[in-house]
Amino acid sequence: MAIEPLEGVMITQLDYLANWVRKHSLWPMPFATACCGIELMATGASRHDIARFGSEAMRFSPRQCDLMLVAGRVVMKMVPVMQRIWLQMPEPKWCISMGACASSGGVFDAYATVQGIDRFIPVDVYIPGCPPRPEQVLQALMDLQDKVQRTGTLTAREFAKRQVLEGPHLKPDQVDPAEQIVAPGNFASATRLQN
Amino acid sequence: MADPHRYQAIRDRFEATVAQLRTRVDANLFTTSTFRDNCRLIVPADKANQVHSLLASLKAMGFDMLVELGAADYLHYPHATDRYGVWYCLLNTQSGERIIVKTFVNDPEPRLRSVFDLWQGADWMEREAYDLFGIEFEGHPDLRRILLPDEFTSFPLRKDYPLRGKGERHNFQPILRAES
Repeated sequence: MAIEPLEGVMITQLDYLANWVRKHSLWPMPFATACCGIELMATGASRHDIARFGSEAMRFSPRQCDLMLVAGRVVMKMVPVMQRIWLQMPEPKWCISMGACASSGGVFDAYATVQGIDRFIPVDVYIPGCPPRPEQVLQALMDLQDKVQRTGTLTAREFAKRQVLEGPHLKPDQVDPAEQIVAPGNFASATRLQN
Repeated sequence: MADPHRYQAIRDRFEATVAQLRTRVDANLFTTSTFRDNCRLIVPADKANQVHSLLASLKAMGFDMLVELGAADYLHYPHATDRYGVWYCLLNTQSGERIIVKTFVNDPEPRLRSVFDLWQGADWMEREAYDLFGIEFEGHPDLRRILLPDEFTSFPLRKDYPLRGKGERHNFQPILRAES
């Protein structure tokens, strides 16, 4: 005789549930170094209200964060600081590269400017724009939530075992998988979606 | 249009200062020039080692504040005869009089005597000139880089330094997802 589920009770996978909880409670570490930081503040303010997505708890201690939000240009002297902050954040953790400068160096193609932070730390979502609108930041947050739901991880060690590309979730079948590699272009190192 | 006599009082005062200065240092040590209210003393490169005594005399005459110490690279500059220019902007805080002392140094070892012993505010300004132009200031108590990372090996404001650098942007180890 089959056991009837109790009324009002849902049965699911624990991973799914954990990811579902996790994605609605991302705590950003605002690594704001330039004008993108202003847009990030606007995203957090009442008009755009990042709290609608559960990410309003910005913390300035990496120990309390699970989302690194690099907003603005990063200079070479800052790279060791950025890497240390990234390493200090506990797993599971994600990274958003906000704006043209953080993603590619932007117009600052000079000797002291990092040409994309993904050369030095892993990045999950890139936001284009100079600076991006708050709506774009929110869209990136929703994209990241989708990614968290599908790639939830406890230690990130499993990324080393990845053998196939796992591109961003939007229009995956329209893009040649080889085109989806942004950086570092290494199957074992990037955070990418499972299947 | 600007009044042609607008800066006359400033220039008269400058003339008096120069006359007083010539009694203290070698009269041929410097030449003068003016532009609007800028009053300059220019020391040629072969006498750059005497700039310190000139500045010491100016300090004794009441120029008690070093407002700015800067440098420039005149490589490929039209009609330039020397490679680096270094200037000291001085202010007499009692009278409000300002004066600019400019000198030149050349490769292969651009060096000047530090004025840290005259104005301690020269500390970071000389470090900046050293950091970006490679001009060494003898006698500076702590001459090391101030803006760029310590492991940087070039002087990026020199005109022969490429805009995109010499590979300094890629010296750090990337952190991979599986390792962090």
